Amino acid sequence: MHKKVTNELNFWHRIYVPEVIRGIWITSVHFFTNLGIHILHVFGMAKKHKGMVTFQYPEDPRPPAIRLRARHRLMKRANGTTRCVACMMCETICPAHCIYIVAEEDPDPRIEKRPKVFDINLGLCVVCGYCVEACPEDAIRMDTYIVETSSYSRDGMIITLEDLMNHDNQDMYPRH
Amino acid sequence: MEKVTITLNGQQIETTTDKTVLQTALDNGIHIPHYCYHPGLSIAGNCRMCLVEIEGIPKLQISCNTFCRDGMVVHSTNDRVRKAVRQVLEFLLINHPLDCPVCDQAGECWLQIYYMTVGQYDSRFTGNKVIKHKKATPIGKWVMLDQERCITCSRCVRFTREISKTNEMVIFNRGDHCEINTYPGRELENRYSANIMDICPVGALTCRDFRFKCRVWYLESADSICPSCARGCNIVIHHNPHRPHKRNGARVMRLKPRYNPEVNKWWLCDDGRYNYRFIDQGRLRHCSVLSPTGREQLYLDEGLRRLAELLRQTPPRQTLLLLSAHSSNEEAFAARRLFDQSLGCLCKLPDEGVFTGDQDDFLIREDKHPNTNGVLRIFGWQTSDLLPMADLLDFVAQKNIKVLLVNRHELSADILGQLDQLECRLVYLGTNVTPAAEAAYLAVPLATFAEKEGTFTNCDGRVQKFSPAFLALGDAAPEWEIYSRLAQHLGLEQAFPSAAEVFEQLRTGNPFFQKLEFHEIGAFGELGAP
Repeated sequence: MHKKVTNELNFWHRIYVPEVIRGIWITSVHFFTNLGIHILHVFGMAKKHKGMVTFQYPEDPRPPAIRLRARHRLMKRANGTTRCVACMMCETICPAHCIYIVAEEDPDPRIEKRPKVFDINLGLCVVCGYCVEACPEDAIRMDTYIVETSSYSRDGMIITLEDLMNHDNQDMYPRH
Repeated sequence: MEKVTITLNGQQIETTTDKTVLQTALDNGIHIPHYCYHPGLSIAGNCRMCLVEIEGIPKLQISCNTFCRDGMVVHSTNDRVRKAVRQVLEFLLINHPLDCPVCDQAGECWLQIYYMTVGQYDSRFTGNKVIKHKKATPIGKWVMLDQERCITCSRCVRFTREISKTNEMVIFNRGDHCEINTYPGRELENRYSANIMDICPVGALTCRDFRFKCRVWYLESADSICPSCARGCNIVIHHNPHRPHKRNGARVMRLKPRYNPEVNKWWLCDDGRYNYRFIDQGRLRHCSVLSPTGREQLYLDEGLRRLAELLRQTPPRQTLLLLSAHSSNEEAFAARRLFDQSLGCLCKLPDEGVFTGDQDDFLIREDKHPNTNGVLRIFGWQTSDLLPMADLLDFVAQKNIKVLLVNRHELSADILGQLDQLECRLVYLGTNVTPAAEAAYLAVPLATFAEKEGTFTNCDGRVQKFSPAFLALGDAAPEWEIYSRLAQHLGLEQAFPSAAEVFEQLRTGNPFFQKLEFHEIGAFGELGAP
C-alpha cells in the first residue's frame, strides 16, 4: 500500500521544532552507526558490515562496474579497418535518433560496404545499449568506460568515425 | 476457355480454364509462395516454391504451371505442402551468402519474407558453400549483379527475351554452378534495363543509383504519375523523410513502377525512373525580383502583389502567358480561368519538346511532357495551335508583347537578350533555378509533381491522379494556388481551396472531363469522354 503523499501540514508539522529534532536524530543515527563500524574495522572486527565511504571523485574515481555502458567505440579488423559494414541496424533501432551513418563502397570486394560517416551525438544518446545489441558484426561496443563528456558547443557533442576508431582494439574491462 | 469451379483450401472459387492455380489463388487474395512466376512474363516453373497438393494426383504439383480444371480440389497450406515448400527454400538458401547487412534488397527480399513465413528452420548443411568468383559487379548503366545471391529464377532472362527483346541475359553452367550473366562482351543495354532489378525477387540484381543510399525500411511512398513523357506511367515515389538536412536536402530516394494494366503494366523506362533529381536539387524556393542591386528576395504575397501591379499596368493583349504541359489539368484550368477568361491575356503552349523526342513501340513517347493532351483539351486546341518555340520572338515583336509570363520553359541566352531589346518584361514561374529564372524581372516558385495533388491526361486520354509525397520547399505552391492568390491581388473573385475544387469546376464546362469525379478516379485512372 502506498501512503498518500500530501503537501498539507498537520499540527505536529506546524509547530516545527519536533520535526527538526526528528531530522537531527536520523542524521545522527546514520553518522554514529557508520563511525562505530569504521572504529570496529580498525580493530579488525565487524568485517561483514560495510561502512559508508566518500569517493574523492575527480582525483580518485570509483571503479566502474564491468557491465557499465559508457561511450561507444567501433571495433577494428586485424588490418585496422572498421568492422562496421554500415547495415544501419543501430541507426534504425536507436530510440534517440543519435546515430547517423552514410554508407559507401568498400575497396575490398569481399566486404562491399563500409561507413563513410558515422556520427553519434552524445548529447542525444540515452545510453540504452540497443545499438550494441542490434549490431550483427559486433562492431559497436559501449565499453570504453569514458563517462565524462562535456563540450562548449552542441556540435562538440558529436563524435565521428575517427573518434570512434581511436583506440587500440583491446578489451577494455577495468583492472582493479 | 470455359468457366469452372475449383476448391482451394476448402473455399469454392470460380475461375476459367486458361488460368493457372497460382493466378486464381493470387486473384482471390490467397498467397502461394513463388519466385520464378511473374504475371508479366512467361511461365518457367523452375523455382518449385509454389508446390500445392491436388487431390487425385499423387505427387505435389507446381501451381504456376497447372491449369484449372472443373472440380479440382487444391490444398496450399496443409502439412505436406508446408514441409515440401520449406525444403525447397532450404535448397535455395544452401549457397546463399547471408549478407543481408550489406544487401540493398534486405527489407524487401522474398528470401527473407518466405523464410519468416514458411522457412524458419535451422541450417542442416554441413558442406562448404559454393562461392561464386566475384562480388557485385555492374552489368549495365543502372544494374549491379551479385552472383552469390541469385536463385536462378530466370525472371531477368525472360524479361530481356520477352519484354525488352534485347536478349542480353542468360544462365551459364549447370547445377549449383548455375549463374546468370550477360553474354560475353555484352552489356545490359536497353531502355528498360532497370526493370530487371524490380522483378528480381532477391538481391542478385540491385540498382546502382540506389546502391547504399538508404535502407528500404526508412522509405515512405506516395502514388504518383511519371512526368517524363506523355505515356503517364504509374509510379511510386519512395522518399526518406528522416533527417533530409543531413543529405543536402535529398528527399526522393527512387521511383518504382506501379501496376496499371491499361498503361505501363509492371514496367517503367530508365529515363523516367532516374529523372527525379530536379525535385530536390537546384530548386527555386522564393519569389525574387530584379532590382538595381541584384536579385532581391520577396515574400510570395509581395511578389504576387508586384505581379498584379505589372498586369494592371499592361494592356491585356500585350501580355503573353507561355503555358507548360508539365502543369496538371487543374493548373491549366486555373490558368485559363484567370489569364484567358478573366484578364483576357494571350495564352500559348509552345511546341518545345513535343515533337522532337524519340519514341518506341512500348512505353516511351516522343512528347516529353506528361500533360500536353490535357492542356490542349482544356483550352480546346489542336496540336496545330501550338506556338513553335522558334517563332516566339517574332510573335512577341508582332503583337508588341510587354509582359511575358513563362511557365517552366527553358529560354536560351539569345532569346533572353532579344527580349530585353524588345523591352519585354519576363516573369518566370518555375520549379528550378534556370538562366531564365535568374534573368527574369520576377521569379515565382512552383511546386513539382511530387509536392502537389492533381491529375494528368496521358496520350491515350486517360486521366490519372497523383498525390503529394511531401510538402513543397520554401514558398513554392501549386499553380492553382498561386493564381488564386494573384486573383485576390487583382481584386477578382477567384479562389480555389483545393485541387478537387478546381477539377469540379473544370468538369462542369468541359465535355471531355464531364463524367469524371476527382475523388473517384482510382489507382488505374479513368478514360475521359472520347
